[in-house]
Amino acid sequence: MANGVQAVPDARATTELVPVITPGHSFVSVTEKISKIVLRKDTPIGWFLLFALTLGVSGLLATSLGYLVFMGIGIWGNNQPVGWAFDITNFVWWIGIGHAGTLISAILLLFRQQWRTSINRFAEAMTLAAVACAGLFPLFHTGRPWLAYWLLPYPNTMGMWPNFKSPLVWDVFAVSTYLTVSALFWYTGLIPDLATMRDNAKSRIGRRVYGLLAMGWRNSAYHWQHYEVAYLLLAGLSTPLVVSVHSVVSLDFAVSVLPGWHTTVFPPYFVAGAIYSGFAMVLTLMIPIRAAYGLQDFITMRHIENMAKVMLATGLIVGYGYSLEAFMAWYSGNRYETFMMWNRMTGPYWWSYALLILCNVVTPAFLWSKKVRTSVGALFVISIVVNIGMWLERFVIVVTSLHRDFVPSSWGRFSPTIWDFSTYIGTLGFFLMLLLLFVRFLPMISIFEMRTLLPSAKVDEAHGHGH
Amino acid sequence: MTQDARELWRSLDELADDPAFRERLHREFPTPVEAVTDPLERRSFLKLMGASLGLAGVTACTKQPVEKIVPYVRQPEEVVPGKPLFFATAMPLGGAGVGVLVESHEGRPTKVEGNPTHPDSLGATDVFAQAAVLDLYDPDRARVVTNVGEIRPWPTFLATLRAALAGQQRLRGAGLRILTESISSPTLSAQLQGILTQYPEAKWHQWDPAGRDTAYSGARLAFGEPVETLYQIDRADVIVALDADFLTCGPGSLRYARQFAGRRRPSEAERMNRLYVAEAMPTSTGARADHRLPVKPSEVDLIARQLAVAVGVAGVPTGGSFAGTAAEHVSRWIAAVAKDLQGHKGASVVIAGPSQPASVHALAHAMNAALGSVGTTVVYTEPVVTSPVDHSESIKDLVADMTAGRVDILLMMGGNPVYSSPADLTFGAAMAKVPLRIYYGSHDDETAGQSHWHVPQSHFLESWSDVRALDGTVSIIQPLIAPLYATRSPHELLAVFSDTPEKSGYEIVREHWIKTTGLGRPDDESDATPEFESRWRRWLHDGVMEGTAFAPRAVTLRADATAAAAALSGSGADIQFRTDPCVLDGRFANNGWLQELPKPLTKLVWDNAVIVSPTMAQQIGVETSFSYQGGERGQTLSEIVEVRYNGRSVRGALFPVVGHPDAVVTVHLGYGRRRGGSLLRGAGFDANAIRTSDALYVGRGVEITRTGDGYSLACTQGHHSMQGRGMVRALTKEEFLRHPEAVHEGFESPPRTLTLVPEYKYEGYKWGMAIDVNVCTGCNACVIGCQAENNIPVVGKAQVLRGREMHWLRVDQYHRGAPENPETFFQPVPCQQCENAPCEVVCPVNATVHSHEGLNDQVYNRCVGTRYCSNNCPYKVRRFNYLLYQDWDTPSLKLGRNPDVTVRSRGVMEKCTYCVQRINEAKITSEKERRKVRDGEIQTACEAACPTEAIVFGDLNDPQSRVSRLQAEQRNYAMLADLNTRPRTTYLAVVRNANPEVGA
Repeated sequence: MANGVQAVPDARATTELVPVITPGHSFVSVTEKISKIVLRKDTPIGWFLLFALTLGVSGLLATSLGYLVFMGIGIWGNNQPVGWAFDITNFVWWIGIGHAGTLISAILLLFRQQWRTSINRFAEAMTLAAVACAGLFPLFHTGRPWLAYWLLPYPNTMGMWPNFKSPLVWDVFAVSTYLTVSALFWYTGLIPDLATMRDNAKSRIGRRVYGLLAMGWRNSAYHWQHYEVAYLLLAGLSTPLVVSVHSVVSLDFAVSVLPGWHTTVFPPYFVAGAIYSGFAMVLTLMIPIRAAYGLQDFITMRHIENMAKVMLATGLIVGYGYSLEAFMAWYSGNRYETFMMWNRMTGPYWWSYALLILCNVVTPAFLWSKKVRTSVGALFVISIVVNIGMWLERFVIVVTSLHRDFVPSSWGRFSPTIWDFSTYIGTLGFFLMLLLLFVRFLPMISIFEMRTLLPSAKVDEAHGHGH
Repeated sequence: MTQDARELWRSLDELADDPAFRERLHREFPTPVEAVTDPLERRSFLKLMGASLGLAGVTACTKQPVEKIVPYVRQPEEVVPGKPLFFATAMPLGGAGVGVLVESHEGRPTKVEGNPTHPDSLGATDVFAQAAVLDLYDPDRARVVTNVGEIRPWPTFLATLRAALAGQQRLRGAGLRILTESISSPTLSAQLQGILTQYPEAKWHQWDPAGRDTAYSGARLAFGEPVETLYQIDRADVIVALDADFLTCGPGSLRYARQFAGRRRPSEAERMNRLYVAEAMPTSTGARADHRLPVKPSEVDLIARQLAVAVGVAGVPTGGSFAGTAAEHVSRWIAAVAKDLQGHKGASVVIAGPSQPASVHALAHAMNAALGSVGTTVVYTEPVVTSPVDHSESIKDLVADMTAGRVDILLMMGGNPVYSSPADLTFGAAMAKVPLRIYYGSHDDETAGQSHWHVPQSHFLESWSDVRALDGTVSIIQPLIAPLYATRSPHELLAVFSDTPEKSGYEIVREHWIKTTGLGRPDDESDATPEFESRWRRWLHDGVMEGTAFAPRAVTLRADATAAAAALSGSGADIQFRTDPCVLDGRFANNGWLQELPKPLTKLVWDNAVIVSPTMAQQIGVETSFSYQGGERGQTLSEIVEVRYNGRSVRGALFPVVGHPDAVVTVHLGYGRRRGGSLLRGAGFDANAIRTSDALYVGRGVEITRTGDGYSLACTQGHHSMQGRGMVRALTKEEFLRHPEAVHEGFESPPRTLTLVPEYKYEGYKWGMAIDVNVCTGCNACVIGCQAENNIPVVGKAQVLRGREMHWLRVDQYHRGAPENPETFFQPVPCQQCENAPCEVVCPVNATVHSHEGLNDQVYNRCVGTRYCSNNCPYKVRRFNYLLYQDWDTPSLKLGRNPDVTVRSRGVMEKCTYCVQRINEAKITSEKERRKVRDGEIQTACEAACPTEAIVFGDLNDPQSRVSRLQAEQRNYAMLADLNTRPRTTYLAVVRNANPEVGA
């Protein structure tokens, strides 16, 4: 597959293997095509409209969070016994979405999946935006967010460490590491392209800003050597993170004694779910962007179909997780576990469980069909359904487990308030706003890596300089 | 470097290969390995580091300015700042007083405890006494004398009243009327008698919306005189309560509950008593009954008559019988009860409730006489209240006089009659005809709004007075604090009728007792002898006057005592009016603690409801459901129904209660208040609107129609099934004696050896608690005791609807059996103080940690509020400050807080601490005295309040401590023991003393 591009000179000649880059492109045309999106003077009006919209929704987020800090968590619907609800549901959902980035960038890089090249930059940016949104929730869902830094181990006059036994502390490490490494990885990958942008920029400001960001990249072999080593190292660093972050997030639940949370299957099941939702979100975003910016040459049906295949595979794992959960609840013979599962399926929140199965298990079954996998419209719809389903999954885990636990006298229910919704919708707006800024100001596809995919990039070793 | 001619070169520079080119080449292309040299020497690096660290330390040493505060200029005797003092006083309520000890911090009363030497307290308190502190500091209290809303100085009022009284002088007071509640204060009644002597034509009326006047009427019917009836529950083997909630309601209930519980210990199985209850609205007493019979309130009379006939009372008119399928069960019940009563002659008691008519009381007296109980389990004394009258007649007379224009001056002392009087009397309208209306009350309420003058009333914690306990024992009420506002005690108000209008309450009360004891100086009656002085001090110190209890009185049953029948005529469903278990007749409606207290058996807060049986609710067509907001633990969605009775109607939310009989509607008084505080507005509906003087407690012919309007009821527990999880374990006495281990069967308890790490040895103290659910009456005294002790905020109805009430200690309620008449269990649930606490491991900031004595300490100022601990708590005893629930601004409320307990802000988690402030206080005292803390020296707030001693706290390392002995009992079990949380709080199983002859 690695040399698929060269083996098949004419993509249209075969249906088996659509190329990762449409033939006919040269170094210059690739650079031109990608950098022009950023460097063009006439920003499309659609961009402005969308940006204004998402900026407004981000304002809603700022308002919601401001009011939250001013009034307290009570503006949300959380209560006793449902101490966590939308807050942690959204946190896990966003973190899950953030998973696609690292997976595509790191693991697929190490596996030498060349098709990752045209989507990794975007997926990484999406990861960063998603993790930024995710990070808001654990911070702001605390009763006293101005003291949330107490979760960090830092020397202090109180002589206190955080409680290293608490999964929430593990969370802090996992998420902050993930954010740091993802940001580094993304930025490192951007440097050569930033230099390209600097060189191609027409405006003074553009040259200055891109120049600063490019950190003096001069395309020297030295730079390339350091770059390659660093990038590979970061890929190596990121790889365990793909597994660790969501495993740790799942431990927030699995470590507890609560039926429905206290489950050993959670780490792998959460990781699969995260990749599932991550790819769904990449598809949801890629499909319209690809059309809007005419990037069909670089993001070909090959990419789309591969992502659909990953979704299908992870969706099956997630479905397996659901059935295992139900089976273990029954098989354990534990009265609390059995009740929890029964309550999930038939209790007051039965509709959320039913919808979850519909969205996450039934819908992705359509992906078995190649026709669906290669239909952009169908995939767009399915990816959105999967995103909804994955949100519901976290809602089901968080809320339906909490609302009826051990002592029946303390059973209760949760219903969200307008502020629950505004905070959630606000993060969606913030997320999209960050991505809009990204596609406007940074090359959303790695220019230099795309160039390496061109047939002309293949260096004949015999003619090489030998270094 | 020499160039090989065959080698390829790319540029002239490369060909030249000069140093500059090499340098550039070196920069451009990497060589395999490059040595990194560190220009900074290791030694100098360390030097620099050391110096900068040292400098960083120096900067932190800023000298704090010294600010001195001035302590007491003259320190009051015995006041040590930070050390509370306790004073004995008594709380008057419902025509009797409960002796209390009040904790005072630097002159501020903060907490009420029972007075162990007082016969009606025995160390325990009820919810009203526990909540009294909040009443004192209620910011809505009336503060100044007002004349139609305008603030007036006291002399102006005095002048007005005295001018009016001058006019009455020659009329011999014919136009003067005084309306009071039941009075059991010897001083106050002497004052009233004095006024009545001075104005012989004046009249004194009494009105208690739900007093004990029916009991006196019953005694009058039975014996010809209104004697007081006292029960010696501890001597009774068999107790029959006819619509009587004697364990939790009314004067004497604390003592009865203690006596009842003393004979419910299965460790002394042969002494266990048996309780039969026939009632309509399920009560705490009914829940504790071994056999409860749900009947219509109007049928209690019939049951009493049939029971009386069965136990051999002569001259009881029969007539009337039970119909339907239940008839057989009722007659079997009556036969079995009668047999049981007769089998325990002299050791049985029949108790009639105050809401039953006089005839039922008379029947109970007759039965007790027939069973030989008089003198053993029943004692008669002279009445505790001064001149017991039929209150409904009394207020009717007053209204008639007012309507006829015969009243010139009306003085209303408390009671809020405009709100609480029967609807048919239209008291407010009649009152409008009185030229001078004076209301003396604590709040600017409905009656104050229709009066000319409103004189604010002092709280009992800020006034001198006296009050009798149910057995006649007098307690001097001494103030804990000077009146917060320009208020007066009732004695000071009545003094205006005398020639010494400015006499203080202290002088009035003292002079009364100097006169009564005859210990005045021969020359000046008002001056005390040293003998009186020493007695006075003793009374104040003890909280009781020794030897003032009434002597038992011999009474003879009149021949026609049981002749009257009280059968209701008419058809249709019954309506029953009851006082609310939390706000009573409305007098506590502005007390947030009581408003937010889940009522026993309904678990409603901030509202009353139209209560019916589930079957009846179905017939009406109203289905209640749980809202997604709050759900079972907060919000029950119901419907407003219209209750029509006797041509009047009221609208309230319907609420079905299991165990409530069909064809009966129960409404509680005390809600629907329109004026008199900020908390009472909008809470519930006013049942007085359909309450008429001819049917104060029970009526017939009520109709209910749906309105279709939804209503959200705040209900803190909607799910009452244990789901087979063994929260409360119950068996019968026979089962328990045969096989005590049955308590534990079906519930796993992992062995303590099942651990990888060695078990922590709790050296020193090891605190634990045992709660005997067998004697818990669900009276809620512990809940309010906890709230008062631990500064627990009130959140309001809207927050309770969301499931966010804050009680650290809750009383869970479970039912078992058919919904028509289920068994009901109460289970107080504080923090279980687990040894393997799930909350502790998950807190990211170590805000909840384990102490070496086994407490789960909660460090409020460390808590950041992730709520993970609460999610992971299997018992759900943690409470989170979702908003700023605590009132940080109202000055009067600040006075009432316990300074030993942190006042929590929003965003932090809180929970029961086993009253760690009390533990530490006792430990400090014991360490100063070089001894260990004695068993019983530490009483948690819940334990101290409990009338039945169901809650016992102590040191588990001491095998002789009460808690150790209780936890060693076979009945002892831990809630959710299978989770291996190893709770320090354990429970003792319920053992019912069932009578097999009653049947299910």
